[in-house]
Amino acid sequence: MADRLRPYRVLLGSRIRSQTAYRRSFAMDVLGSMSIGVLEFAEVYVIFANVDVLGELDFAAAALLFAVANIAFSLADLVIGHIDAIPTYLREGTLDAFLLRPLPVLAQLVTSDISLRRLGRTAIGGAVLAVALPLNEIAWSPAKVLLLVTAIVAGAAIFAALFVCAAAIQFWLVEGSEFANSFTYGGSYAAEYPASVFALPVRILFAFVVPAAFVAYLPTLALLDIPGPPGLPSWLGWCGPLMAVAIWAVALLGWRAGLRHYTGAGS
Amino acid sequence: MTTAVPAINRAAGAGRRTREILEGRPLDGPIIDMRDLRRDFTVRSPARRLRRSKRTVHAVDGLTFAMPTGSAIGYIGANGAGKSTTIKMITGILVPSSGAVRTCGLDPIHHRRQLARRIGVVFGQRTQLWWDLPLRESFRTLAAIHRLPEATWLKRRDELVDRLDLGTFVDTPVRQLSLGQRIRGEIAAALLHSPPLLILDEPTIGLDVLSKERLRLFLTEQRDLHGTSLLLTTHDMDDVQRLTERVIVVDHGRMVYDGDLPGLVGRVGAQRMMVLDLVEPSAPLSDVPDAELVGVEAEGLRQRLSFSPEQTTAAAVLAAVGERTEVRDLSIEEPDIEDVVRRLYLSTTPPRDAGT
Repeated sequence: MADRLRPYRVLLGSRIRSQTAYRRSFAMDVLGSMSIGVLEFAEVYVIFANVDVLGELDFAAAALLFAVANIAFSLADLVIGHIDAIPTYLREGTLDAFLLRPLPVLAQLVTSDISLRRLGRTAIGGAVLAVALPLNEIAWSPAKVLLLVTAIVAGAAIFAALFVCAAAIQFWLVEGSEFANSFTYGGSYAAEYPASVFALPVRILFAFVVPAAFVAYLPTLALLDIPGPPGLPSWLGWCGPLMAVAIWAVALLGWRAGLRHYTGAGS
Repeated sequence: MTTAVPAINRAAGAGRRTREILEGRPLDGPIIDMRDLRRDFTVRSPARRLRRSKRTVHAVDGLTFAMPTGSAIGYIGANGAGKSTTIKMITGILVPSSGAVRTCGLDPIHHRRQLARRIGVVFGQRTQLWWDLPLRESFRTLAAIHRLPEATWLKRRDELVDRLDLGTFVDTPVRQLSLGQRIRGEIAAALLHSPPLLILDEPTIGLDVLSKERLRLFLTEQRDLHGTSLLLTTHDMDDVQRLTERVIVVDHGRMVYDGDLPGLVGRVGAQRMMVLDLVEPSAPLSDVPDAELVGVEAEGLRQRLSFSPEQTTAAAVLAAVGERTEVRDLSIEEPDIEDVVRRLYLSTTPPRDAGT
C-alpha cells in the first residue's frame, strides 16, 4: 500500500516545498484565509445579536454548527479545492500531460496542488469549535464523540465530492466555473446555517441534492438531541458517512463521463 | 545517407530485442499500426438568433500505415493538416471517430496507463514539466510516477544530463530556463523511463541553429544506442533529412505521400525561392526565363521567383532580373513544408480538379 501511494507522496511533497519556499507570502496567504473565516463567523454573530433562536438553534448551537461546517469545508478546499481551476488545466494542456502518465487522471489532479494557506480557515473553525463545545449542553457519550469526528470527516468528504462534481460539469461548460462554484461555495454557505430556516423545497435541495445539511446541521441536532424540522429528522445526523459514499459515487461517475467527453471531443 | 540507414537499423534491431525480451512482448510487429483512422470535429458557428449552424471537419480522414519497430518516421504536413490530432489518437488522449490504432501492441484508450510506460511524448509548444521545479526535482517526481527502481533511473538520468548537456541548469526552476534549455529538459523527461517509442511534436520549433543541431545529434545517438523508434512532426526539412528514413505527408487529414525523402524531392522538384528587394517599385517579373513569379509585395518592391537548380542557376536568374530592374538585396530560401505540400497536391491532383 505504502509503495502504491509513493508517486502521490512525492508529487505532494514537491508542491508543499514550492509553497512554503516563500515564507512571507505564505504567511500573508494564511492570514488572508483566516480573515475570511473570521468575517464569516462575524456574520453569524451579527444575526444572533438580533435574534435569540434561529431555526431551533441558539447562538452556542449555531457556533457549533458553524465550526463543524467550516472545518469540513476548509479541509476539502485544502486537499481538492484547486480542482475548480480545471478550465485552466484544459487550456494549458496540463490535462493532456496527465493523460500521458501512468496514473489515474483524477488522482494526479488532486495531488497536483495542495493549498496549505487554507489551514488558516481550518484554524478559525477549530478555535470556534473549542469555544462552542463547552457553551453547549451536550450529553457526552462515546457515541457522541464518534458522531462529532465522523461529522467532520464525512463533511469534508461530501464537500470534496461536490468539488469533483463541479469539476466534471466543467468538461461540458468550458467557461462554467461560476455555475460550478454555486455548488461548492454555495453548499458551504448553506451548511453554515440551520437548514430549517430555508423553505421546504430549498431544505430538501440542501439535504438530498447538494447534501450540505448532512455536513453540520443534522449532526449538530443529533449532538444536542434536538428533534429536526419536518422532512429532516435528527437521526439523519448519523448518516453523514452514507451520504458521503453516495455523493462520491455520483462524483466519480460524473468525472468518468466528463473525462470520456473530453477525450471524445478533444480540445 | 543510403549507406548509413542499414547500419542504424541493425543497431536498432539489437537494442529492441533485449528490451522486448525483458518486457515479454512479441519480437516483431509494428510499434504503431493504424487502419482507416478517422477523427471528425463538430465546429459550431456563433449563434445567429435561434439557429446555430454546425459543420463537421474531418481532421483525420482515413489514415492507414504501419510503423515498424525501431524505425524513424517524419510526419509532415501544413498547419491544420491533422498531425497533432493523429498523435493524440496514437497516445490515447483522443478517441478516434472510427478506424483502429494500436501503439506498442496496445489499444491507446483502454490501456492508456500501460501505454504511458512505453511511450515518451514531447509537445514543443506545451510544457509537461513543473514550471516551479528544477529539472532535478522533476526527474525525481517522474521516476516516482513511473515507479522506476532507484538504481535504473539514477543511471539513466545521469546519462541524459550528460548527453543533453543539462548540467549547468539542472538545479534552476523550469520557468527560468531558455526555450532551448526547456526543450532539452522536456526530451530528457520523456526519455527517463526508457520508452521504446518516442513521439516528438515540433521539437525544434523556435530553436536556434546550434540548439537544433545538438538535439539532432542526441536523437541519432539515442536511436543507435537504445533502438528507440521515433515519430517526428516538424516544419523543418532538415529535421526530416537528418533524423528519419521515411516521410509521411498528410494534407487535410489524408495521406498524400509515403516514402523516402529523395522520392519526395523527386516528385515535387527541388525548387528554390529567390526573394528580391528592388530599388524602386517595378512591374511584375513574370518573363524571367526558367523562373516562375510566385509573389509580388509592396507594389512590386519585393518579388519572389521560384526556380529549379536543375534547369538554371541563381546567377542566371539574377542576371536576367538585372536586365529588367535594379536589385537592392536578395535571399535564397529552401522550400518549406507548406510549399512542398502544395506542390505535392498540385502534382497528384488531376488537372480538372485543380481549379476547384
